[in-house]
Amino acid sequence: MTAMRAMKAPEIAGPPGLPRLLAGVTSTEAPSTLDDHLAVFGQLPPPGAIDLPALVEASGLQGRGGAGFPAARKLRAVAARRGRPVVVANGTEGEPISGKDKVLVRYFPHLVLDGAAAAAQALGAREAIVAVSRADREGLDALSAAIAERGGRLDKRVRLRAVAIPDGFVAGEETALIQFLNRGLAKPTFTPPLPFERGVGKAPTLVQNVETLAQLALIARFGPEWFRAVGTADEPGSALVTISGSVAEPGVYEVALGTPLRELVALAGGVTEHVRAFLVGGFFGSWLGEREAADASLLEADLRPRGARLGARAVVVLPTSACGICETARAMRYLADSSAGQCGPCIYGLDAIARSFERLAARQRLDERKQLKHWIQQVRGRGACSHPDGAAGFATSALEVFAHEAEQHLRGRCEAKRQVLPTPAVAR
Amino acid sequence: MKRVRVNPIACEGHGLCAELLPERIQLDEWGFPIVDPEPVTGEAARHAARAVEACPTLALLLEADS
Repeated sequence: MTAMRAMKAPEIAGPPGLPRLLAGVTSTEAPSTLDDHLAVFGQLPPPGAIDLPALVEASGLQGRGGAGFPAARKLRAVAARRGRPVVVANGTEGEPISGKDKVLVRYFPHLVLDGAAAAAQALGAREAIVAVSRADREGLDALSAAIAERGGRLDKRVRLRAVAIPDGFVAGEETALIQFLNRGLAKPTFTPPLPFERGVGKAPTLVQNVETLAQLALIARFGPEWFRAVGTADEPGSALVTISGSVAEPGVYEVALGTPLRELVALAGGVTEHVRAFLVGGFFGSWLGEREAADASLLEADLRPRGARLGARAVVVLPTSACGICETARAMRYLADSSAGQCGPCIYGLDAIARSFERLAARQRLDERKQLKHWIQQVRGRGACSHPDGAAGFATSALEVFAHEAEQHLRGRCEAKRQVLPTPAVAR
Repeated sequence: MKRVRVNPIACEGHGLCAELLPERIQLDEWGFPIVDPEPVTGEAARHAARAVEACPTLALLLEADS
């Protein structure tokens, strides 16, 4: 009944196919204004008109930040705590090969704000914070403009605020985000307490990735059945995917979960060179050999048995003109240098792993792979956050997928003609 | 059931825990503890409690299963 009432807002049906989140894409490359946004998606149902946790639960929405945690469970966990909750939309996206959250924040800030507002209303929160990397000037400008534009048109009880977060791979980890908001230090904390227990100003805090919230804003409008019309039963909906490397048109694409990897590559204009491997899931993800990736799909259920994960849905196509060992060595150095520097196993373990890969990349003819595998196993689960675990998974997949290249390096040979993975400088 | 856990942020690798609870804690090559996650009972639990008390940075924890 209540859902019926909600639909009385200007009747706008959910986008029938894809794109959904990106339905408002225009060629102007300007952020979508509130009017543009409402013309595409219509109004959010008024507070109290829908049972958001129930809708989200029925939708099966999983977190789009990388961990894939069920969004409804997180919402309910916060709702069950005492005290007035706070909502934090995480748009920091420290992952160097992912751009989807930046696209959402820069071009569709109102979709993110709608999601944050809907969650805040459902939880009775009075404050919703959107966190963006401070390097993302365009994102901050778009968000600030969108928040200003809403002045009188949003539920006035919820205060919206954009916050710039220090750059860096771990700054967007959710406990690091909370610690930065509370005391200006963007480093992970020991858990418990988790943010849902004690977050911003000690209040129970819902931290959700901006894409998760944008999806939630559409579920609030168009309902769970609409949401489930694409994707699979276990991994429903669409998702934003960032694809880069040797494809004709690298960028952010919206696809149904379960889309074959080769279809994503085709969407991105096809490959521009012979392919050596794919990096799937970002720097915390895994390498997949060209042959093994041939019939892979963008689905956790498909990737897990292959030893990979979808993670933040960032894909890099590595051409044969690049070397997997050299790429991994640079990425491992980046991950080691990105450690928050708090936990011994992460500080020393990741550095040791990175050095070992660097020696292999430099064709030092000493086979230390046994030692390397030992270090990789040893760092797992020994940080306050999952940084060492993510790096360990990535390193493990490199040794498997690039076993042949490793052998070549030990014989002093390397086929690298160019570098593909971006590894930003890390301020230490 | 109680389990030994390390707060890796607080831990500075003094290594006393590995001396007092060698049956559950080893040190890695940099002196940081690697803890066996199996529950501790009986004598091991007493050793664990002593190790927890001895940790100079209060980084070693004996946690009850929730």
